[in-house]
Amino acid sequence: MTAHDSSVPVKKRQPISIGSEWTFELIGAYDREIGRLAERYALDTYPIQIEVITAEQMMDAYASVGMPLGYHHWSYGKHFLSTEKNYKRGQMGLAYEIVINSDPCIAYLMEENTMCMQALVIAHACYGHNSFFKGNYLFRSWTDASSIVDYLVFAKQYIMKCEERHGIDAVEDLLDSCHALMNYGVDRYKRPYPISAEEEQRRQKEREEHLQKQINDLWRTIPKGAGKRGEQDNKRFPPEPQENILYFLEKHAPLLEPWQREVIRIVRKIAQYFYPQRQTQVMNEGWACFWHYTLMNDLYDEGLVTDGFMMEFLQSHTSVIYQPPFDSPYYSGINPYTLGFAMYRDIRRICEEPTEEDKHWFPDIAGSDWLTTLKFAMSSFKDESFILQYLSPKVIRDLKLFSILDDDQKDELLVPAIHDEPGYQSIRETLAAQYNLGNREPNIQIWSIDRRGDRSLTLRHQQHDRKPLGNSTDEVLKHLHRLWGFDIHLETLQGDKLIDTQHVPPKSDSDQDSDYPRLDLIIPPI
Amino acid sequence: MSHVIDRRLNGKNKSTVNRQRFLRRYRDHIKKAVEEAVSRRSITDMEHGEQISIPGRDIDEPIFHHGRGGKQTIVHPGNKEFTAGERIPRPPGGGGGRGAGKASNTGEGMDEFVFQITQEEFLDFMFEDLELPNLVKRHLTGADTFKTVRAGISNEGNPSRINIVRTLRSAHARRIALSGSSRTKLKEAQLELERLKREEPDNFGDIQALELEVGKLQARIKRVPFLDTFDLKYNLLVKQPNPSSKAVMFCLMDVSGSMTQATKDIAKRFFILLYLFLKRNYDKIDVVFIRHHTSAKEVDEEEFFYSRETGGTIVSSALKLMQEIMAERYPTNEWNIYGAQASDGDNWNDDSPICRDILIKQIMPFVQYFTYVEITPREHQALWFEYEQVSEAFDDTFAQQQLVSAGDIYPVFRELFQRRLAT
Repeated sequence: MTAHDSSVPVKKRQPISIGSEWTFELIGAYDREIGRLAERYALDTYPIQIEVITAEQMMDAYASVGMPLGYHHWSYGKHFLSTEKNYKRGQMGLAYEIVINSDPCIAYLMEENTMCMQALVIAHACYGHNSFFKGNYLFRSWTDASSIVDYLVFAKQYIMKCEERHGIDAVEDLLDSCHALMNYGVDRYKRPYPISAEEEQRRQKEREEHLQKQINDLWRTIPKGAGKRGEQDNKRFPPEPQENILYFLEKHAPLLEPWQREVIRIVRKIAQYFYPQRQTQVMNEGWACFWHYTLMNDLYDEGLVTDGFMMEFLQSHTSVIYQPPFDSPYYSGINPYTLGFAMYRDIRRICEEPTEEDKHWFPDIAGSDWLTTLKFAMSSFKDESFILQYLSPKVIRDLKLFSILDDDQKDELLVPAIHDEPGYQSIRETLAAQYNLGNREPNIQIWSIDRRGDRSLTLRHQQHDRKPLGNSTDEVLKHLHRLWGFDIHLETLQGDKLIDTQHVPPKSDSDQDSDYPRLDLIIPPI
Repeated sequence: MSHVIDRRLNGKNKSTVNRQRFLRRYRDHIKKAVEEAVSRRSITDMEHGEQISIPGRDIDEPIFHHGRGGKQTIVHPGNKEFTAGERIPRPPGGGGGRGAGKASNTGEGMDEFVFQITQEEFLDFMFEDLELPNLVKRHLTGADTFKTVRAGISNEGNPSRINIVRTLRSAHARRIALSGSSRTKLKEAQLELERLKREEPDNFGDIQALELEVGKLQARIKRVPFLDTFDLKYNLLVKQPNPSSKAVMFCLMDVSGSMTQATKDIAKRFFILLYLFLKRNYDKIDVVFIRHHTSAKEVDEEEFFYSRETGGTIVSSALKLMQEIMAERYPTNEWNIYGAQASDGDNWNDDSPICRDILIKQIMPFVQYFTYVEITPREHQALWFEYEQVSEAFDDTFAQQQLVSAGDIYPVFRELFQRRLAT
């Protein structure tokens, strides 16, 4: 915490408020002042909509994973129950704020917060997160803030209609299966269509019919091909491995009804909407913390808030960015708030007061204009590349970062690098890789479908560093089986070597797959 | 450029549907927990919900993720003692020094998912076994038997409840208030007019002006309406929950060797139901537990349901004790008395006629209702046939029923509820 130089001559202090109670007028006044200060830094934001809600409403919002409105599903109920329980027992304070990446940017303030907390949340969410949503390249290219609320309305209504028509159980089963594969429902390299409700409704009918036709086309050759297999029939389909499993199912699963394809699409779209958030946790929270810290200190410097206010703010701020050490009972990995905040603060320091070390490590930014540099850092990276680019030796030293190599073929753990000169580069690379979603999630892609034979679907898992799949894999494959309708094979490869296979339904050695009744009869007529 | 919106008055139970979906999905787990709770709880202890716990494994949502093993390098903060290249022994279980985050990521750390259901939900799950119709369920769970009571006068209400006297009184008061000054002026003007006519009949100018003035004032007074909307007063009726007086419930149960714990559990459901029913109808309820084998004894609930006895059965001993307690502690002019007897039908043969006599002469005339349930899949014995005679004598206050499973309990209540709900 940089202490404030008390010797700076301060104009006569005229605090906006003194007590801890908030009123709507005060929220307006603080927002105006914070907005004015933010303008000095030219923070580019969406228009802001601040909504004051009660604790119960906050629990509701929290349970629907931050969507302002979501379709009904039991898993949100589960989330709600555990939030409610923890809150009632006092084990957990509620999130002080929830902010929605939409245009206008919606930020929820909780009724129970003190005035200081409300101001903190306004600075953090309405100016920090908001400008991040608007500025970061992932959000710019992958999400469409102006249409998300509309789309969620469409999704909710569509799913409600499906429940009326097909029964709650059918829809719930389908959603369960989709949720299991949700992380494999995103395009990583392709910009999706912007989504909007009206557009969606207008096109949805048309798409249903068109899609169904295409699927029939894919499977059409089956009855004929039995005797004379042409050369091109033996070609692998899909020609390239597909990483977006849900997309592939939506387009090619043989037995799904049109409405089921649409539901898959909805889950896929929502997964896509959250994909940038999953990739920018450190950057996003760090950015918001940096700005609430900067803006609140500016308020103090102008004499707009009292000392008591500042003490309360610092108390919350420090608890938010506290990083328990690795051997603490509270340790659960690196706190993204801490890491992000430390890095942005350090970038500013490098720009303003570079040391010899900084000039060596960051020749480009040392001594440059901090605001421009910081904004560039915010807008052009995701967590992985941000850390790779900007994690400085000083931050590594301050957080005392070290790495541990755990190889299950060795008896002992190795410490490959710590916070010293030879270790900086290695720590930086390891930590960056840790935030690479591609490393965190197993690399599983759709390899082929057996168009001629039993229509089975084969997935390939490319193993990385011999990391095995977790124990719920079998359950996920069952869900996949439900969507695909035919056998599922999962092959695990190390390099080019096949080392393990899993099957749903499980393959018995004696009579292969003759026991499982096929569902061929349900195939729509050509 | 910012908008501040107060959403606090918006609906707060947005998650209700999702919560219900959750309960629906795990209803088997919840039902089991409720069943356990029912056998654990006192029968008078039905006023709160229940904590339900579901094994974490059953509730996980599966995803593709990495398991333990392989080669991984992880960065941790807060180094104190390690140097680069150092080898350290692997901590047991992979916890401690490395990757506590790993366990919570995969959800393995959570064993049980625990949450609360409300009292209403609790009862709902409990009633499900009992096959209660909805009307009865509502009656038991909610206080929806009301009586309407007059509670003064209000400014709003239904036209049929207009209080005419109050309305006209307030209209009168309003007319006085609104036309008071005009009336005074009118009186003065009229006096002046009379004086002028009497004393200066030639002064036409003034007389005309005064006549004009009088006309104006009269018109103004006339314009004050006779009845205005805010004069209307209505009789205010409020709903009050119905429970009104005191009741005592006698639980009689055979605890001889032939009664198994399963039989007792069915009996317990039966007593709970009766208790809940009484609770909705009476302010204060006493419960008296009498258990018997060859002799009867008043006991507390714990002993009533869970202590084991052996030996023969003499039912009349319990009825005698009930009669004594009634006479001693529960005068019929103050208490509504309900009796509920559960047994497996065994009785010492010579005793059954005595039971009948005690019931007909000393008990039935004083009780609101007496139910006898025989929990057995076997054929009836002497006691049942003797009770049939009681049933004939007291057609509307005595009921007997054979139970095999918990689902059979309800028919006993049907009659009771129909009688109660009709009145």
